[in-house]
Amino acid sequence: MLADVWLVTHKDLRIEWRSRVTLSQVVPFALTVLVLFGFALDANRGVLNAATSGLFWLTVLFVTVVAVTRSTAIETSDGACRALLLAGIEPSAVFFGKTLAVAVQILGVEILMVGGVLVFYGATVESLPLLLATCAVATVGIAASGTLLGALVAGVRARETVLPVLLLPVLAPVLIAASRAFDDALGVLAVDGWSWLGLLAGFGVVNAALGTLAYGQLLEEA
Amino acid sequence: MSIVALRDAVVLLGRFPALSGVDLEVGASEVVLLQGPNGAGKSTLLRLCAGLLRPHSGRSVVLGHDLSKSRAAVRRSVGLLGHDTALYDDLTVTENLQFLARASRIELTAVGSALERLGVSARLHDVVVGRLSAGQRRRVALAGVALRRPELWLLDEPHAGLDQGGRDLVDGLVSEAAADGATVLVASHELDRTLELKTRRVTIAGGTIIADVADSDAADTDAADSDVADSDAADSDVADSDAADSDAADSDAVDTDVAGVAGGRGS
Amino acid sequence: MSTDAATTGSRTTRLLGLVVLVGVLALILLGFFGAPEDDEQRDAVRMIFVHVPSAFLTYTAFLTTAVGSVMWLWKRSRWWDIVAHSAAEMGVIFCGLTLFTGSVWGRPTWNTYWDWGDVRIVTNLILFLMMVGYLALRAAGGDENAVATRAAVVGLLAAVNLPIINRSVEWWANRTLHQKSSLTDGNLEDLTLFTLFVGVVVWALFFVWAMIHRFRIGWLEHQLSSIDLEAALVQRRAEATGESAEEANL
Repeated sequence: MLADVWLVTHKDLRIEWRSRVTLSQVVPFALTVLVLFGFALDANRGVLNAATSGLFWLTVLFVTVVAVTRSTAIETSDGACRALLLAGIEPSAVFFGKTLAVAVQILGVEILMVGGVLVFYGATVESLPLLLATCAVATVGIAASGTLLGALVAGVRARETVLPVLLLPVLAPVLIAASRAFDDALGVLAVDGWSWLGLLAGFGVVNAALGTLAYGQLLEEA
Repeated sequence: MSIVALRDAVVLLGRFPALSGVDLEVGASEVVLLQGPNGAGKSTLLRLCAGLLRPHSGRSVVLGHDLSKSRAAVRRSVGLLGHDTALYDDLTVTENLQFLARASRIELTAVGSALERLGVSARLHDVVVGRLSAGQRRRVALAGVALRRPELWLLDEPHAGLDQGGRDLVDGLVSEAAADGATVLVASHELDRTLELKTRRVTIAGGTIIADVADSDAADTDAADSDVADSDAADSDVADSDAADSDAADSDAVDTDVAGVAGGRGS
Repeated sequence: MSTDAATTGSRTTRLLGLVVLVGVLALILLGFFGAPEDDEQRDAVRMIFVHVPSAFLTYTAFLTTAVGSVMWLWKRSRWWDIVAHSAAEMGVIFCGLTLFTGSVWGRPTWNTYWDWGDVRIVTNLILFLMMVGYLALRAAGGDENAVATRAAVVGLLAAVNLPIINRSVEWWANRTLHQKSSLTDGNLEDLTLFTLFVGVVVWALFFVWAMIHRFRIGWLEHQLSSIDLEAALVQRRAEATGESAEEANL
């Protein structure tokens, strides 16, 4: 099981390494969104500073939609997901493998985005451990629900448009919780950021569990 | 034991009955050539046998597993070459096959020999699949099937896009597999070529089997000719019978043929 | 099946429909003329005769969809799949009604149409958006079984995430304006409470009535596709002999 998870993760990351879609397309996309928020809020440092956490995580949600679309496309182009089925890998292993690969890529983008908000929004990091922990825990949950929904829309005709409609409302609690935790980590608000991590972890566990159960059936219908 | 045992198998793609009631029995180490016009249901039949489709009705047993219950077990023991090659564009030839081997719990050493068997030259091994030509890509996909040494080979137009050498390789591969005791179902328009193999020819049209004849001897062209005549007769049989009854008529015809084949092999 | 047999009505539903109609009339009379004005909320208090029942029915519908989703994934029961779909449509309608009446009521009472600090209404909005996504997915079409499976997973995804959404909004808002106590602390007049009770019963009956009809439409559609299948099979087999379907049918 663990070997299969790693096999799938390794495969997806190697494909990313070769194609560099995340690096050459998703990263510039994320930074562009951050910059555009700056224009939208009239480059008002005060407003930007206060809104940093929310804008950061909203951008992460957009990045997730793009990353999941790419992760799904890898399997649907040329019927590669059929090969996964025929190889007999446990669907849950495929789910965790792809989740992990998406999570690693989103985490990478997040780290660059942190640099972005430090420079453009004048944010300051008050608690690095909290910041990193929030990114890690939130991203696993985001990747799990994204991977599940990615497989779900794989066989749908208008999959590019259906995915965000389904994914973004589900990610609402992550946006709330991760933004508040960041408010603490960036010293914007005096809240207890660590207490939000439990909620993020709960989100991750619940969605990973559902993905484990449902992924196989979705893979068959794709 | 039958490797494939279908009885009145109906498969729906959406609401379209791609297979409208197929009766087919295939035994071990048989080579079955599926022929029929475009849209007859050949590919659907192969995908059903691969455990990728859920039968809507009828009884479908492949490798001893009921397809309406346990398709996962079937999938692990078959090799399918479909219209798409199921390879990752951004991985090299070797990486693609190594991934397949690891996923299927096969020794990695088998990758090299499978590529060699399909005549994929060493200089291509480290090229990403996205940069291969269609024919080379198809050879790699075939190597992926051969790698698995499946009990049941399901090949959908395996000759398509291949050069002369490639076509001969496919034929050789199929003969070898059958000699090893594997069963092969080939959908192909390339009748002349596959006649060189010891085969049984199943004609499919309108999602159902309308003729099923054995080539008793590959070299015996007379026998092949008379088989064609037979298949015409079977054709008109169906035409005469009421559409609703054609099932029963069909399955009877198939049964006789299967018995004939079994007898022929026994003697 | 003859065409006049294909109806979603029956003696039971007609009777039920009549009861609902009478109930709605009674509710209008009670709601507008029977129940007194509230001391603080004035006439706006009458909104609860729609708001509270539809909020209650939103969750009923939502729960039904979740149960139907489980039953499809577990037993592959078409009956439950149609129940899940029907309930989701009802849920979106009642959820929309809850949001609308809540906003209209909020304007005179809280002086705002929308209050982000109200946990229940914000949770309801996210639920509404998720169920709209559920219906969009259904509407995208495809293979009947595939659509059912996908929709069922979305139904479950919404169900398991709802508590988390509710908790996150609650912590986030940190306070709530909602009338938690209205029903229990005796602020409401007896007749208002009675009317609210009537409202819940009438709307629940309407829910059942509409659900039955919606379910039967789904069931008839499913049957129609089965009839289509017979014809499609005949037509498909006829391809084998080169005849057209019309000839095969003769």
